[in-house]
Amino acid sequence: MPILEGQDVTKYFGGLAAVSHVDFHVDQGEIVGLIGPNGAGKTTLFNLISAAFPISSGEMRFKGHKLNGLNPHQICKLGVSRTFQQTKIFTNMPVLQNVLVGAFFGTPTRVSAADAAREASQALEFVGLSAMSALPTKDLTLVNQKRTELARALATRPELLLLDELMAGLTPAEVSESMELVTRIRDKGITVFMVEHVMKAIMGICGRIMVLHHGEKIAEGTPQEIVANKKVIEIYLGEETRAGS
Amino acid sequence: MDISKFTSRKFLSVAGFILAILAFLAIFPLYGSNSEVGVGVIILMYVILTVSWVMFSGSTGYMSLAVAGFFGIGQYVAAFLYPRDPGPLLPLPAVIIAGGLASFVFALVVGLVTLRLKGMYFAIFTFGFAVFLGSIMQYYELQIRGRRGINVFPISNQTAFYILIVVVVLTLLTAYLIRRSRLGLAMQSIGENEDAAAHMGVNTTMVKVMTFAISAFFMGVVGAIMAPKWQSVDYSSAFLLLYSFMPVLMAIFGGMRELYGPVIGAVIFAYTERTLRLQFPYYYMLAFGIALILIIIYLPGGLTGLVPTLKDKLGGVIARLRKGGQ
Repeated sequence: MPILEGQDVTKYFGGLAAVSHVDFHVDQGEIVGLIGPNGAGKTTLFNLISAAFPISSGEMRFKGHKLNGLNPHQICKLGVSRTFQQTKIFTNMPVLQNVLVGAFFGTPTRVSAADAAREASQALEFVGLSAMSALPTKDLTLVNQKRTELARALATRPELLLLDELMAGLTPAEVSESMELVTRIRDKGITVFMVEHVMKAIMGICGRIMVLHHGEKIAEGTPQEIVANKKVIEIYLGEETRAGS
Repeated sequence: MDISKFTSRKFLSVAGFILAILAFLAIFPLYGSNSEVGVGVIILMYVILTVSWVMFSGSTGYMSLAVAGFFGIGQYVAAFLYPRDPGPLLPLPAVIIAGGLASFVFALVVGLVTLRLKGMYFAIFTFGFAVFLGSIMQYYELQIRGRRGINVFPISNQTAFYILIVVVVLTLLTAYLIRRSRLGLAMQSIGENEDAAAHMGVNTTMVKVMTFAISAFFMGVVGAIMAPKWQSVDYSSAFLLLYSFMPVLMAIFGGMRELYGPVIGAVIFAYTERTLRLQFPYYYMLAFGIALILIIIYLPGGLTGLVPTLKDKLGGVIARLRKGGQ
């Protein structure tokens, strides 16, 4: 059963269609990957779902609720949370305060201070940052800043989590840890929709993958199907093979 | 209930310190000369304007230059409700509250329109708001009423001083409670990264408009107290743009990290301004300008930003002395 559905989703920036007539769906309990070359419109699609930008045309539904016209804070309260490609943490606040913002404001009902504190410390423990909760966030390493952002998103108690390049810039060991973390998030019952360039991560944990190119969806399927897809190899993995090995 | 929080040494010393200051302020008008009390009134006025400015702009990072506007609104409310002829229409406390409420309502409306603007655009719009109100009142006084200035039913320096003390306490209490509340956390997250705050469920527009209006309330209250103290209101003095800039300078001077920063900044700045202006009428602004530039360059946290550094250094010295003594 789809938790998130998009029909004919289109976004124009001036004359340029950053996302063009994309139909997509994310099912409850899935980990869905979104890949594509730079500028394919992946982050734009995330920005449309989380209402950072208004959609130009088309329609999106989350659990049957129409998302068109809502504000970012309303989307969050509905149960869709996200992280950012360039981390947008509150750098001058301690780690715990960052997560508390999500815990206090992310849910539709008012949360008591005690509940928010409990939720925040649980989220920090889940991502493995309990020991650093009092540190200023700007002093953390990249991987820990990304985990702070993840904990902040989890503290809003989402049903759907949008992860925008969680693995970018991490070491291979950190990527493996993050893959395990994403799997555990899914096991908690949170549906995951992730943009990723690290192929190992995408192929390893996603049940289904969507490929965007120039704003259009050109392929969709299991990792095996995507790897074998001729169009994908041509425009995307083809480049990688040429450049990489 | 756990009362240990209220018997700890730190709590007692802070409470004692605050009580001592209040006691001093309470007896000061009995001993000070009228002009000294007058200086005290100006200092308290600036403390309220600065603390209420920091209440909104300090944590959200939205630089408001509308202080003169809200301060002026409060003054005009007093001019209309507490005039010399035919005499006061309402008792003074009601007039003061009305001044605050009028500014509050104006701020709600202005906030809904302008808080979609960011950075420099917001600063310029709020500045324009203060100028615009001044022009409207100029038109009203010169073209409609036909006479410049309105006389206000006078109150003494002493009366103004005591009322202002109450308002200072209320302003500080409000600022303190906001800082500790979830509203304060929301404002801080907006100041850090507004996009992220919105995506984490913070209703950014509502938070900004509400706190903008709360801070404007106190600015209007001071205006309604100062008009009867100055005994008259006219468009140029009520909306003097200096009142928009002084709180900003005082807050930067004192530092905004802690609540007492703007208080200290306003007290020192207002006091030296008053005394230096009499002795060195031509040089005092120059000296202020230089002092301010030096502070921004070398003390980005303001005067009170020095406190943690000094604590570290002093702590080190004390530790070394103890070690040497053993």
